[in-house]
Amino acid sequence: MRAAPLLSARGLRKHFPLRGGVLQRTQAWVRAVDDVAFDVTPGQTLGIVGESGCGKSTLARLILRLVEPDAGSVWFDGEDVLRALPGRMKRLRRDMQLVFQDPYASLNPRLTIEDAVAFSLLVHGAGRAPARAQARALLDRVGLDPRLYGRRYPHELSGGQRQRVNIARALVLDPKLLVLDEPVSALDKSVQAQVLNLLLELKTERALTYVFISHDLNVIEYVSDRVLVMYLGQIVETGTADALAETPKHPYTQALFASAPSMDPDRRMERPPLAGDPPNPINPPSGCRFRTRCAFAMPRCAEAAPPPVAVAPDHEVACYLYEAAAAVTA
Amino acid sequence: MSVLALPHETNALPGAPMSYWRTVGWRLARDRATLVAGTFLLLVMLAALLAPWLAPHDPNAGSIRLRLAPIGSASHVLGTDEQGRDMLSRLLWGGRMTLVAGLTPVVVAFLLGTVLGVIAGYAGGLTNTLVMRTMDVFYAFPAVLLAIAISGALGPGLPNTLISLSIVFVPRVVRVAESATVQVKGLEYLAAARASGAGVWQILRHHLLANVLGPVLVFASTQVSLSIILAAGLSFLGLGVTPPAAEWGLMLNTLRQSIYVNPVVPALPGLAIFVTSMALNLVSDGLRDAMEIRA
Repeated sequence: MRAAPLLSARGLRKHFPLRGGVLQRTQAWVRAVDDVAFDVTPGQTLGIVGESGCGKSTLARLILRLVEPDAGSVWFDGEDVLRALPGRMKRLRRDMQLVFQDPYASLNPRLTIEDAVAFSLLVHGAGRAPARAQARALLDRVGLDPRLYGRRYPHELSGGQRQRVNIARALVLDPKLLVLDEPVSALDKSVQAQVLNLLLELKTERALTYVFISHDLNVIEYVSDRVLVMYLGQIVETGTADALAETPKHPYTQALFASAPSMDPDRRMERPPLAGDPPNPINPPSGCRFRTRCAFAMPRCAEAAPPPVAVAPDHEVACYLYEAAAAVTA
Repeated sequence: MSVLALPHETNALPGAPMSYWRTVGWRLARDRATLVAGTFLLLVMLAALLAPWLAPHDPNAGSIRLRLAPIGSASHVLGTDEQGRDMLSRLLWGGRMTLVAGLTPVVVAFLLGTVLGVIAGYAGGLTNTLVMRTMDVFYAFPAVLLAIAISGALGPGLPNTLISLSIVFVPRVVRVAESATVQVKGLEYLAAARASGAGVWQILRHHLLANVLGPVLVFASTQVSLSIILAAGLSFLGLGVTPPAAEWGLMLNTLRQSIYVNPVVPALPGLAIFVTSMALNLVSDGLRDAMEIRA
């Protein structure tokens, strides 16, 4: 039995309307996130992986209620986030923070980085001087000397330095949960490693829980305890990072791992395991959304979406190939 | 973009960084064209402000015998107009009118337009549609035509000129403010501010306005010269300031008939309009360069 989850989502759905024409009528829906459910236990890192446009960033914003979902619920620390009234929501926001992908767009160009970090504290009623002092201490912790950098503006900093500022800003309210939306994707490889290690250090130091979103399997494998694989707004497989790396079950997960670059010459790729782009999320394929690119697609895959089945403890796959296997283990 | 670098970029060692507005000031102080134009503008404004003390004669007192005196006449340095009124005095007093008529509508439009544009941009949806489509109605007319139409409907006089020019400039400012707001609204630092629990006012004050006011201010400054030209144009057409008063556009109109008698004196108000709006354009160009910050 696992510990009570810090964060749990059930049936999360967000469809964005595509408007057009003179009257701005809704002409189609982008199914960004469709019926997503997961749990994150305290102290864990949940990795969310998937191709571009599969709804990862929307999911991050749904968790933090920066975007209101169409359906579903988010529970944080035993509280229904989506039903929280404004005052309560403000209090909840202290405990759940977000680090953004783009180190350039995520900092206000008119605020010194010290003020950018201190802003959240001012919002929650701290005085200017103590807020600044706390911001400077945190900048120091993330590796930016506040005497050199505190009064600088974002455009004077490198991408890696800005991402450190973003991390400091997210941590200044002392949150329990940090949602990291592709925090290292925009950085150079060498800087990526530094920032990742900083994130891992901060996690143990502050007893944080991470939801780590990335399209980079190597990064996900490195940081995550559990991994959730998304395809076109739906979860296709969840399991521990080790289980997914060693025995990926879903054809999509298998293809993802097969396409991850490897240093091992025996794992050399002969042909691309996945061809083409993912289908348009505006009109996703019926049934299993992966069937159009799947080598094992069967006629029934087009009829209905396969429900998730447990192939091992804590390892679920949404694929008809494993129904029989699940029946045996059950 | 000029070749100017930020002060601490020129030093190898990190020095004491400057605040944004000090950086802008530092850049402006090194832009010679802007400095010259700015100084000139200051002089024009000062001269207009001090007209009652600087003007050697009553601007409205004419003399039948001394009509259209050439430049350099005794006691009339810049000559006299078709009614024998001292040109220097009329130019000084006229500068007051012209500057008021040029600046006021832009200031009004800047305040009103920023408020409307930020509301439209930040609220989005129906509010945005209502505000922006209403502005489009005004925007559909050419500026001069709209100013003439409104002034014509309201009748001549300075207050009506100010009203009609304000109506001309508000929609332009709203557009710039709205697009800047929409752009900033989509950036992640605004989402980060919301994620920290900040309310609408805190977000507007600390994150949105600081990044929207810059481009709107620069745009508004480019409109001042246009406003001066439009105000002078309305007076020229007889829709602005009413006759006995001195105003550059009006002076240009009444002196028009005398251009074959004395070609230099009638050109003076035109020259004043041209040089002042030129200086305004140079200053706003310099301001734009100085405020451009690499985000």
